Amino acid sequence: MKKDIILSGVGGQGILSIATIIGEAATEAGINLKQAEVHGMSQRGGDVQSNLRLSTEPIFSDLLSQGGADLIISMEPMEALRYLSFLDKDGWIITSSNPFVNIPNYPDPNELLAELAALPHVQLAHIDDIAKDNNLPRGANMVLLGMAAPYVEIVSIEQLRSAITTVFARKGEKVVNDNLTAFDLGVSAVK
Amino acid sequence: MANKRLLLGDEALALGAIHAGLSGVYAYPGTPSTEITEFIQNNKLAREKGIRSKWCTNEKTAMEAALGMSYAGKRALVCMKHVGMNVAADAFVNSAITGVNGGLIVLVADDPSMHSSQNEQDTRFYAKFAMVPLFEPSNQQEVYDMMNQAYALSEAIKLPVVMRIVTRLAHSRAAVEEHEQMEQNALNPYLGRDWVLLPGIARKRYVELIAKQSEILKQSQESPFNKLELTEDKKLGIIACGIGYNYVKEYAPKNAAVLKISQYPLPESQIRTLAAHCEELLIIEDGQPFVEEQIRGMVGAGYPIHGRLDGSLPRTGELTPDNVAAALGIKIELSFIAAQNVAPRPPALCPGCGHRDVYDALNAVAAEYPNYRIFGDIGCYTLGALPPFKALASCVDMGASITMAKGAADAGVFPSIAIIGDSTFTHSGMTGLLDAINENANITVVISDNLTTAMTGGQDSAGTNKFEQICIGLGVAPEHVRVVVPLPKNMDEIIKVIREEINYKGVSVIIPRRECVQTLGRKLRRIQAEKK
Repeated sequence: MKKDIILSGVGGQGILSIATIIGEAATEAGINLKQAEVHGMSQRGGDVQSNLRLSTEPIFSDLLSQGGADLIISMEPMEALRYLSFLDKDGWIITSSNPFVNIPNYPDPNELLAELAALPHVQLAHIDDIAKDNNLPRGANMVLLGMAAPYVEIVSIEQLRSAITTVFARKGEKVVNDNLTAFDLGVSAVK
Repeated sequence: MANKRLLLGDEALALGAIHAGLSGVYAYPGTPSTEITEFIQNNKLAREKGIRSKWCTNEKTAMEAALGMSYAGKRALVCMKHVGMNVAADAFVNSAITGVNGGLIVLVADDPSMHSSQNEQDTRFYAKFAMVPLFEPSNQQEVYDMMNQAYALSEAIKLPVVMRIVTRLAHSRAAVEEHEQMEQNALNPYLGRDWVLLPGIARKRYVELIAKQSEILKQSQESPFNKLELTEDKKLGIIACGIGYNYVKEYAPKNAAVLKISQYPLPESQIRTLAAHCEELLIIEDGQPFVEEQIRGMVGAGYPIHGRLDGSLPRTGELTPDNVAAALGIKIELSFIAAQNVAPRPPALCPGCGHRDVYDALNAVAAEYPNYRIFGDIGCYTLGALPPFKALASCVDMGASITMAKGAADAGVFPSIAIIGDSTFTHSGMTGLLDAINENANITVVISDNLTTAMTGGQDSAGTNKFEQICIGLGVAPEHVRVVVPLPKNMDEIIKVIREEINYKGVSVIIPRRECVQTLGRKLRRIQAEKK
């Protein structure tokens, strides 16, 4: 079994924390993994993405091919669409529907969301709003991970929860619980 | 069970060095090499062993200090990005003539596709030019494994060894299995006098370097990192260098004949064997067509060779699964075409960044002068070239803003303005400023000081708290070294200072100083966390 994932967003939105948690869960479960990250200049408010490859077999390439992604998990709707040509025909897009507008030529948000909604396998939610409404201002990325959790499959929802506990343990119990709450909210946001 | 850890390529390399008995790492930050030194700085074992790891002023000082540690008999590592090698090149090329005492690894991280760079030069040319061995690991485990072997080779052959990685290995994470640790070398300074490269000595040493070439070729041909896999397929032979091997393993047919190359000079005997076994060769290499060009001289005229030169692979940009699959003749079916509602999202200066206020002020004053030019430099503030500022005439190499402004002023450009960051100024700007002072060039230098090396993630900056003294010490008139605080509320004052210094006929330095919002934010979050 394999699961090839593209994580995307805007520099600073916390996609690497999502990668860290899936990575921790996979390592704990003895699943092979490769994760290509973006560091450097692009992190300054530009588009960022990470290729996360999980497999029970050995993995060679650090990067995904076009048409090869089983999942696109995105903190931002336009950034989800940026990698559309990488999506497998049976692949899913799990994305925030809150646009992050920091460029003058950002597309019309309604047209953008309509294009996303017209795709066959999409989960959309206002993750920023869910996080804010539940008084978890820094929890949007964990809401998104929760939404993606049923589709990650190669590690279970429970394994992801336990990875959240491990990864955030050194930041204290409150941070762990806030992140678990955000994650659970994401899981129940799946339509 | 052996200990396994999830590590970036950079981190695997750092851990490999620590476990190989490293005594010191010397580096200037540069993407994608920065995380190597940071890993060593934060590693508990490295601290216990007293491994020296503070940042250096530039790659040349780093290279020379590492050579000094090697001279003293200890294992040293120097790390840089590919363009940093241009800065270190004088020391590097001559370190092949002196040779080494303790093992010396020169780590260079290339950036094909220029994710965070101004060119995609290939470090393998430098190793060949200096006539030293080069390793090019294919994955995180291999780079960890290689470090001790590379040190052993360096000490056996008494030459520096280059370790070449690329962005996709440097910044990709995978599980790495750890080995046993080596002891550090004892202090054992070199006793000979032949590191004094007077021409008479250097000529002898150069002959000795030439004589070592057959040995380093033999090492390469016998290297466990170079692997020839011959099969019954006699049509296409694939030569896969470094991480190119991963894409080949992912996409090439299982029965393909493959030569994996991870140690140079090129293993000529294996290349000849593969060429004789097959009818044509495909070269998969990240960077420039370094192997492809050399192989043309090995296999005879008319032998079909495919790669970046014949268009089988693109001439520019990094290897990807897609372009390697295409070179192998494999068609990847796409289910979705590119989306409609997508716009480029270039990086930008952070909200609240002091560089923003500096550019607002510069642009306001510059508008008063029809022929002004602002020469830029390397750092976050290079983003001042993009909208909304569009302020820069150039960005070439570390320190070039000051010297280019001087040359342009010599030619008659007025006002001729340089903008340079604090870390870039101490890296390579100070010497250029001295040139300008010695000729009383009519330039205005803006040292935009955010108290850190921000672009690469906030490392210490060599000149922090010293800039006024440095400039005055070099000879700038003290009344023309002006410090301002770049905040919107100070805009009138900053504009006034810039206008005055432009109108001063001679070298003036303006230092807008305010901490980077990223490092400040981290500091505040840490304080907040400690309070809790």
